[in-house]
Amino acid sequence: MAIQHLFHCTPIKAKMWLPPLVKAYALVVAFGPSFASADTYHLDISEQSVQLIGKAQQAVVANRGLPAPTLYWREGEQVNLQVTNHLQEQTSIHWHGIVLPYQMDGVPGISFDGIAPGQTFTYQFEVKQSGTYWYHGHSGMQEQQGLFGAIVIAPRHQHQTADRDYVVMLSDWPEADPHRTLARLKKQNDYYNFQKRTLGDFFADIGRLGFWETLSDRLAWGEMRMEPTDLADVTGATYRFLINGRTPDMQGRYLFKPGEKLRLRFINAAAMTHFDVRIPGLKMRVIAADGQPVAPVDVEEFRIAVAETYDVLVEPQTEQAYAIFAEAMDRSGYAHASLTPREDWLAPIPTKRPMTLLTMEDMGGGHGGHERHGQSGAEATHAIHGERLLPEKQEGQHTGHGEAAAVSGDNHAGHDAEPNVEQQVHSGHASSAPMDASEPSVPSHALLSYQQLKSEQPEHSLMGAPNREITLRLTGNMNRYIWSFDDIKYSDAEPVRVKLGERVRFHYVNETMMNHPIHIHGLWQYLENGNGMYNPKKHVINVKPGQTATVDVLADAEGEWAFHCHLLYHMDTGMFRKLIVEKAGYVLH
Amino acid sequence: MSSTDAILALLSLRSRLKPLLRGLGWLPLLFNAVHAQDDDMIFSHFKAERLEYEGNENLHLFKWDVQHWIGNDDHKLWLKTEGDYSADQDIFGRADLQMLYSRNIDTFWDFQIGARRAFEPERTFDAVIGFQGLAPYFIEVDSAMFISENGNVLGRLSLGYELLLTQRLILAPRVELNVAAEDIQYRGVKAGVTEFEAGLRLRYEIEREFAPYIGFDYVEEESLREHHHSLRAVMGVRLWY
Ligand SMILES: [Cu+2]
Repeated sequence: MAIQHLFHCTPIKAKMWLPPLVKAYALVVAFGPSFASADTYHLDISEQSVQLIGKAQQAVVANRGLPAPTLYWREGEQVNLQVTNHLQEQTSIHWHGIVLPYQMDGVPGISFDGIAPGQTFTYQFEVKQSGTYWYHGHSGMQEQQGLFGAIVIAPRHQHQTADRDYVVMLSDWPEADPHRTLARLKKQNDYYNFQKRTLGDFFADIGRLGFWETLSDRLAWGEMRMEPTDLADVTGATYRFLINGRTPDMQGRYLFKPGEKLRLRFINAAAMTHFDVRIPGLKMRVIAADGQPVAPVDVEEFRIAVAETYDVLVEPQTEQAYAIFAEAMDRSGYAHASLTPREDWLAPIPTKRPMTLLTMEDMGGGHGGHERHGQSGAEATHAIHGERLLPEKQEGQHTGHGEAAAVSGDNHAGHDAEPNVEQQVHSGHASSAPMDASEPSVPSHALLSYQQLKSEQPEHSLMGAPNREITLRLTGNMNRYIWSFDDIKYSDAEPVRVKLGERVRFHYVNETMMNHPIHIHGLWQYLENGNGMYNPKKHVINVKPGQTATVDVLADAEGEWAFHCHLLYHMDTGMFRKLIVEKAGYVLH
Repeated sequence: MSSTDAILALLSLRSRLKPLLRGLGWLPLLFNAVHAQDDDMIFSHFKAERLEYEGNENLHLFKWDVQHWIGNDDHKLWLKTEGDYSADQDIFGRADLQMLYSRNIDTFWDFQIGARRAFEPERTFDAVIGFQGLAPYFIEVDSAMFISENGNVLGRLSLGYELLLTQRLILAPRVELNVAAEDIQYRGVKAGVTEFEAGLRLRYEIEREFAPYIGFDYVEEESLREHHHSLRAVMGVRLWY
């Protein structure tokens, strides 16, 4: 298996974003010591000037790269990672999704003291898993400032083979210093929302829905003092969205030869952005979620929450450039790279889609009569896809694909995620036909949902009743930009304590209008999605607005773990807990 | 210096002052050990809601309405000042400074208590109790009751709303009401509504923090001696950091 994780890029562009030295270093890291069986890795954390938004900015990086070098480990390897802090402030590295002794987990104030300026900390642990993970800073805002990289762990026994294997690392890069971003949110929580409803939208809605209906909708939202366009706190108004550290302008490229099978390891390393990912014209076969193999599912598109990873297989048959297109969930921007058979071919940028409004259902209010916005996120698009799997003859309507918006206007009033969805489905069908024929056993879906994730390996201890159930409400005060669990901020909260060996069932009840990707360090969360002992295990569970997610946690690792929403500014403003797993009769604090 | 530069300069000043403010420990909430996350941070918010010229053929005034808070989510120290200055006559109209302790009491509301020093037209010292926050339907509310040294009770209520014409062009109606509980002979204050102000401002947010505006105010003043009402054009800037 050839592992190729570096971007192929034109020399000028390369100079613009990474000095040649860095490329050389990255090569060494990729193909030198780390990929060989040697097991000592060095990461130097420093400040570095980057050019991502047209002016020089300071980033916090590892080994002078943004993203940091991909670390290639092997299952069963004893890794030894020496992290040296060249900053003026404390730093730390957290190995996201990795099961390890808690002292090696890298969360200052919980699992260790952090790495002081000038110091080197050595992380040592045995790698007991395989798959796609990542690592990132857990001090201050360093993760948002560029301190993140991918981890690819080769399994002891190979499951899936691919001709090429690429890391596709998504992230968001801010225009302002992240501390200032947080300060702005504290002072004006809708600072970055430039998609609010205007007077014009009010009249447009009257035209569509009638006066009273529109008025009652506005009054319902007004009464709650909330905005249905509030899908993301920090948006494309300040963010550039990156794939492997590159903006769409920097034209990242992944090479392939037609007929090859490619494994794309998607990692959402963004601080605040959920992405909707698609590769127009290609069907994606999802084979792993959060590093863990799942029963294959063919999809046109998937949503990747902050900190999740998904591995997909694609098999482009034709000699053409395909877009890897990751739209921010609120549609305020996108990341784009090309999957291309030739260095000089770039994929066109697909038509962007309008945003989906939140509904009263998202608020958990269950007020009837508001379905007109379509249901939020996944279901909405799913439904649309469903009704739009039309015969090929429909294609005729869409001559001039670019102006597809005009087509949908009449028949589909009310549905927000429209026209080019259709395009996707069609083109997807055309090219994926051979795949369907050869492997009919894999069901095909327009959009991946959590319901479809089914673990490859059974976990027998999931059967029977859990030892304990804990309901955790995901709460917040959007107006003041305070986030919390059970209305208590981290600084005011007691740790959550569970006993070693317990199976604890958490019910995450999302009482807010935002998505919250909930992450537990050091322990797996088995998502209760109806597959029994085949429920998938994940390190991050995204909980949608107004919904409840149930997970089982096998408390099989003693120690003090971080337990938080992975949206950086939510974590920083209080949506965080310490989770203590302790032996009976032994109290940690 | 462009507006952005000015804002940046103010911001850097603020960030330089912040460690100092933290060090002073003037509120019992300052110190927090080094954690992975620090959800008890101190922020400070300066907001000049109105800095404007207001006038008609008889009247030329410069008015300000400025608020500044510093604190964490629950406890804040709040300074408010407003007033006007007539360049023609070189006199200040209503001008005061309030210093308040503010406590978050509900999702959308702060309770405030403190003192007011009025400078013009007359120097007084009042106790202040008020509520500030966001009412349903996005109505910004700032209310206060003033109790003077002599036991006179006065009140002030202002309501604001923002209507988006576009994402940056915003129409902001505003109403302010000043009331007195009883006649105050020596000040010429008449019980009831002493001043009523209704205005409409159209602002353009070049940056969120910097928005020039135009508009008008209708003002009615009622005292024991006289009754005025007038319509005035306004032009000014709203800025914050
Ligand atoms: Cu969150």
